[in-house]
Amino acid sequence: MDVVINGEHKEIRGGTLLEVLAELELDPRAVVVEHNRKIVRRPALNEVAVASGDAIEVVHFVGGG
Amino acid sequence: MTTAVETIRDEPLTIGGRTFQSRLMVGTGKYRDMDTMAHAIEASGAEVVTVAVRRVNLDRSKESSVLHFLDPKRFFLLANTAGCYTAADAMRYARLAREAGFNDFIKLEVIGDEETLLPDVAGLLEAAKVLVQEGFKVLAYTNEDLVTALRLEDVGCAAVMPLASPIGSGLGLLNPFSVRTIKRRLHVPVIVDAGVGTASDACVTMEQGVDGILMNTAIAAAQDPVAMAHAMRLATIAGRAAYLAGRMPRREVAMPSSPTKGMLD
Repeated sequence: MDVVINGEHKEIRGGTLLEVLAELELDPRAVVVEHNRKIVRRPALNEVAVASGDAIEVVHFVGGG
Repeated sequence: MTTAVETIRDEPLTIGGRTFQSRLMVGTGKYRDMDTMAHAIEASGAEVVTVAVRRVNLDRSKESSVLHFLDPKRFFLLANTAGCYTAADAMRYARLAREAGFNDFIKLEVIGDEETLLPDVAGLLEAAKVLVQEGFKVLAYTNEDLVTALRLEDVGCAAVMPLASPIGSGLGLLNPFSVRTIKRRLHVPVIVDAGVGTASDACVTMEQGVDGILMNTAIAAAQDPVAMAHAMRLATIAGRAAYLAGRMPRREVAMPSSPTKGMLD
């Protein structure tokens, strides 16, 4: 299915957010996920299913002042 | 090297219920490499380090996270909302940062102008108010305007962070009077954030009596960031010690240090 992850269209297998993170080889403990502008807390990542056209943001901490 | 810090009688710095030994806080941005950053932060003696919230680079996520190079158990991570130009954006970044799970502190920035990176105080107050209600400990980056600082305290900010001069400018403390006034009038800690260029700037800033200082570029963009971090550590301690010691009054005329009596005929 086609979703927008971090602003880019991506073709993924889909499933729950936790499964999408695994597909992207991202450690769920090291990132924070926003699904269609709503933050999904870590324990709920395996409860939220991703649908075609969804917007997903995956963020973490980088250097900053 | 001994620095005689043991002779300073000082209270530790407490912000939002957390106590910190170091009054110097440092950023983690703009270093030429992450190894230099880690060593510089070590040399600075800082406990509080700022970080930014950004999209994961999907191709190389591990290398791009600052936590790969900084132990979050050793340092207090203070996330910022840098780059946000509206209250709504800043609140979105703050909520994402809190979800990372380290603490509920946020260095709130709502920028109003691209050239100067000066804050949008209306947006800042709006975001601060909401975030405080949501339980955040808000450290608000602001300009050196007393009334804005008072309003930020009124809405419940845990600390107010007036600038010394624009972010990344290295111009030093441009308005000591205003910063001193803010410190005198506020009850919450005042941390000067941004604009320091070299060690003397940090020292002069701390001599105003403020509770702490936050810097990034002055260390990261120095020719030797690790050495500059060490200098900043000493300057922050020296400035604080001088403030606590209480400087002599200024005089417009000289006064001899040696006795005027007992001179030969």
